[in-house]
Amino acid sequence: MKLEILHELNAERAARRPVILVTDTESGEQRLVKARDFAGDPLRAELDKQLRMGKSANVEAGGKKLFLNVYAPTAKLVIIGAVHISQALAPLARSLGYDVTVVDPRTAFASPERFPDIPLVAEWPDTALPPLNVDAYTAFVAVTHDPKIDDPALLHAFERNCFYIGALGSRKTHAKRGDRLRAQGANESDIARIHAPIGLAIGAVSPSEIAVAIMAEITAVLRLPPKEKEEAA
Amino acid sequence: MLDRDEDILKAAEDWQKAGHGVALATVVETWGSAPRPAGSSLVINDEGTFLGSVSGGCVEGAVVTEAMDVIESGKPKMLEFGVADETAWNVGLSCGGTIRVFVEKVG
Repeated sequence: MKLEILHELNAERAARRPVILVTDTESGEQRLVKARDFAGDPLRAELDKQLRMGKSANVEAGGKKLFLNVYAPTAKLVIIGAVHISQALAPLARSLGYDVTVVDPRTAFASPERFPDIPLVAEWPDTALPPLNVDAYTAFVAVTHDPKIDDPALLHAFERNCFYIGALGSRKTHAKRGDRLRAQGANESDIARIHAPIGLAIGAVSPSEIAVAIMAEITAVLRLPPKEKEEAA
Repeated sequence: MLDRDEDILKAAEDWQKAGHGVALATVVETWGSAPRPAGSSLVINDEGTFLGSVSGGCVEGAVVTEAMDVIESGKPKMLEFGVADETAWNVGLSCGGTIRVFVEKVG
């Protein structure tokens, strides 16, 4: 590997931008393709698929044997609300490989006794969220049920283009939330991005079951191609 | 996206800049039950120090030896390991899988 390629690969990884390294396994020739350049690449279908699956793979193209090595950032999960559901959700998400942070300004909720080993930020979203570097590789879940906390957090998630945004609440609650967010400048496409009621419809009742429903939905959004994603939702 | 990767690629860059010969070994294909998926890598310097893994310990010794050759020659190599190898007792994968490992020089 040329040092320039390694240097660029490390810079992209540090910036949490996905890239795929394409290696001709016979000649050793390599090139680095950034996700934003996929659309114009002759291998775009393969690149898209492998990045979505987060899986490296061999392909044959133009008589060459190529190895596509996927370097995608570790996914993050930001949970707004140190509530009962979050106590089940945080360890489950961590076991699936997510970097998890829980945000709740209410110190009685955001206590280390309730969340052993999980990073907690006991601040209002306006203070807590900017340093977390919420990005397109972040799933964002708002479960406090308190508009004072959830609403500003959701506005931040829209702005940062999170790959998944979910919020707790019935359809009725969600309709009211939509009105409030619109009044604060959110547009229709922002509101449409919120998964609410949150989680796949699996009849979840207990906090742990709701956590499973949420992680199943996040996994579907992360892994399924766009068409199948619509069918699952 | 969900794998936590120790920062071995950063180490590769740092070693190279510090004047070491460095090789990178990457699992490019697996069959059967293999301990580490395609894309897993191991970085080796000319002192034999290595970071990361391609098999969770089964064949690292052999990969490091081959990597020394690659650092010297500059030519990439494709290695294959499996239980069917005649050297299986030494460097085979006890889990029964087969892996191919691409070894290349950095720099």
